Amino acid sequence: MSEWKMLTLVGEDQPGIVGRVTNALYQEGWNLGEASMIRLGGNFTIMMMVTGTGTVEPVLQPVADELGLHLHVDDIAGSLHQHLVPNIQVRVAGADRAGIVAQVTAVLAEQGCNILELESDVAGSSEKPVYIMHIQGYSDHPLETLEEALDNLGDIDVNVSSIETLIG
Amino acid sequence: MAVLEILKIPDDRLKQISQPVEQFDDALRAFIDDLEETRCDGPAAVGIAAPQVGHFQRIVIVDVSNTRKPVPNHGHMILVNPEITHWEGFEMGREGCLSVPDYTGNVIRATHIKIRAQDSWGNPLEYEMEGYEARAVQHELDHIDGMLFIDRVVSRRTDLFQRKVYQKGGKAKK
Repeated sequence: MSEWKMLTLVGEDQPGIVGRVTNALYQEGWNLGEASMIRLGGNFTIMMMVTGTGTVEPVLQPVADELGLHLHVDDIAGSLHQHLVPNIQVRVAGADRAGIVAQVTAVLAEQGCNILELESDVAGSSEKPVYIMHIQGYSDHPLETLEEALDNLGDIDVNVSSIETLIG
Repeated sequence: MAVLEILKIPDDRLKQISQPVEQFDDALRAFIDDLEETRCDGPAAVGIAAPQVGHFQRIVIVDVSNTRKPVPNHGHMILVNPEITHWEGFEMGREGCLSVPDYTGNVIRATHIKIRAQDSWGNPLEYEMEGYEARAVQHELDHIDGMLFIDRVVSRRTDLFQRKVYQKGGKAKK
């Protein structure tokens, strides 16, 4: 079985980051696995599984330095084809305040919900920020139990729905 | 009856456009039986299209009557030469495919459709459907036009309203 490393690269966003980083890896014989890359607050963030021989730091550090990216490498135990298909979707929206994520995810954890994906954004304006969060997760509990548990969060608008993944 | 082999990506045959059925004979009905057996053989598929088993005729089967949470449905449908005659609304939903193992993604589909088709004897059929069943039919109809859901996957960050163009017909995409 191949050995995977998890790369983390973060820095101020600019065009060309993905192209430069992945080409440096490709030219040195590294393979990519699953990856998540997204712009957050003007930064570009990369989390990416890679596999290859030797150490990856010498391959990427020059590129990272040139692009002003922080590079972090971890050896990981994971492998490909470990997907879990989410069956629960939680949509949260409300006037931004501290504690929204903490409250919602505490309830989800209590309910044994495994969060597979979470993305959140602050919309609205600087004066009236609005927090919007989407969670996809897996839970064995019935939807109604989750709904009830999430019903008492006051000012936050929480909507839970089931995800029925269509296989066809 | 037989379980047929499912074509999987990157098999180029999945991009082939299927031909209309002209002969409504016993051979057609025997094939449909095999197609149904194939649908039921693997992971719980709510639909299957003939080209997924390398048979390039416009035949699909859809049955969403067995979902975890019941949804409006017309039961088990065999649709020969199906055509969408009306589209309305759009929404995002998660899809996977027998021909794309170990991957699921979000796809925008029309929420209400009207379709015309024929049954396995050539009799005309008309359905009006919504939601999950409409999604399943659109997914299967894509197969007979050589399209896969991975050709339509969008990020959940995608603004639905920017994608209104989708309603004008599947081919208009991209």
